Amino acid sequence: MKPRSSADATHHALARIRRRRVFNVLGWTISVLAFVLLALAIADLLYLVMHKGASSLSLDLFTQVTNGIGGGLANAITGTGLLAGGALLLAAPLGIGTGIYLSEFGRGRWGHAVRFWADVLVGVPSIVLGYFGYITMVIAFGWNFSLAAGAITLAIMMVPYIARTTDLALRQVPFGVREAAYALGAQDWRVSLRVVLPAGAPAVLTGILLALAIGMGETAPLLYTAGWSNYLWNGNLTHEPVGYLTYVIWTFINEPFASAHRLAFAAALLITALVLLINVLARLLLTGFSRRLGAR
Amino acid sequence: MLALFLFLTIYAWPAVRFNGLHFLYQDTWNLGRLYSDPISVGGQQVLPDADYGILFLIVGTLLSSLMAMALALPVGIGTALFLAEGAPRRLRGTLSFFVELLAGVPSVVFGLWGYVVLIPLLSRHVYPMMARFLGFIPFFGGPTGSGYGLLTAALVLALMIVPLIAATLRDAIVATPIALREAGFSVGATSIEVFWKVVLPSLRRVLIGSSMLALGRALGETMAVLMVSGNALNYLPDNAYSPISTMSSFIVSQLDSALQDPTSMAVRALAEIALILLVISAGVNMLARVLLRYAGGR
Repeated sequence: MKPRSSADATHHALARIRRRRVFNVLGWTISVLAFVLLALAIADLLYLVMHKGASSLSLDLFTQVTNGIGGGLANAITGTGLLAGGALLLAAPLGIGTGIYLSEFGRGRWGHAVRFWADVLVGVPSIVLGYFGYITMVIAFGWNFSLAAGAITLAIMMVPYIARTTDLALRQVPFGVREAAYALGAQDWRVSLRVVLPAGAPAVLTGILLALAIGMGETAPLLYTAGWSNYLWNGNLTHEPVGYLTYVIWTFINEPFASAHRLAFAAALLITALVLLINVLARLLLTGFSRRLGAR
Repeated sequence: MLALFLFLTIYAWPAVRFNGLHFLYQDTWNLGRLYSDPISVGGQQVLPDADYGILFLIVGTLLSSLMAMALALPVGIGTALFLAEGAPRRLRGTLSFFVELLAGVPSVVFGLWGYVVLIPLLSRHVYPMMARFLGFIPFFGGPTGSGYGLLTAALVLALMIVPLIAATLRDAIVATPIALREAGFSVGATSIEVFWKVVLPSLRRVLIGSSMLALGRALGETMAVLMVSGNALNYLPDNAYSPISTMSSFIVSQLDSALQDPTSMAVRALAEIALILLVISAGVNMLARVLLRYAGGR
């Protein structure tokens, strides 16, 4: 009786081990499959943009303005630069200032509240911000579709983002650095601006670059605030709509003409390449930064 | 944030008054007769026959986002596991970077990809097959339509939010205390068992928090959905392939026609949609932040 049951038990145990091994392999297979699926989609997306975009590139793209469904993208390229650049000019000082405040002095309840609401604001859909810009600047202030309205709307998106990345970056700066500065008799503001900020600069810059990338890739809020223009920017901050690259992608791909499609793909290539380049640059900066901190 | 809420509320207030509560449960978006003289209803100037109800938008938004979550979660968890532990050690950094790149791609480019690649593929090959073999499941029967619609939007959304889930979860897996894992292995668990029964449960809050953030992003996503959803009007989806609209994409697609309304009630009704969207997505985001905060440190 006894030997049989023991053989039985061994048999059962072996079966269970086999079953668990199968499950182990199965689990890893699913994991690999998930990654492969995702990687295939990324690769296909990048391939599409690179392949179709590259075949649509030409010199005219950079020198001519959009003309109906053809022409170039000079207006859109400069417009994207102006909108994102202008937004950054507005958002960077404000964002960095808020970030410094949060990391250096925002330990209390008020700091927590600001941090929390900044996080929530980062998550607000961009179209809602666009609508906000529309009813305030475009309608109430009477600026119409304009560079100012577009840039300020993008800036509203960027400020909380920059503030939070700055906050996180500066909190990584070791406390000893601050203590050393205070020991030398430096004031609060001097410690923050001259010592802590330069120490955390690469990571702060990373946040700014990523905010810039986000601003460049936006479409929805700009439809409501910047409008669209076939012409180069004429220097007016208000009352004149501006063109931008993402608009071209959305509108022209829906047109039934090959020349419009070419423009859409070219715009997609330009904006994707630019945004990804900024992302890569930001990432490199950050790795360099953490290595520097680690070396200390 | 407060200003955002305040301005939207003030601007949308006439629409809120005019539309009342049935704004939330009716399927009508009707500007009224554009060339008639405005009439006065309850003190508000509106066009005759104007009637606004956005149930179809609320349903479209929630359904597409939830389906996107259902698709993105397993893929996100699988990818995170692969990136954290499965991939060859030397490639892990590069591969993670590759996945995170996806998060940086502008949403309109996702829309472009969906429009050019996904829709022809789905409508010609995948959806007819699905309708044939999965047709017995209530929501998955035919007709399969044109490829624009609920499931397509959910797929594109899923692709956009997977990197968020995968990246957060990967970092959390890497940061799991070694001792926890060793304890798992020491009782003889296989590597998948350790992940599934020890590591993942310990990251429950991170998982929920990051999924909620992803959900918030899906709810508010505009351009990509606009390009692949079919932009249905006053129409509830009756299967997974039906055209839909979401609140955010509707705001974009309807501005031009709303501007035709001389009483500007249509534009104010759009503002009311934006207000509701703000409340929903801010709510989801707040919940996610609170959860992540209690998850500790992250």
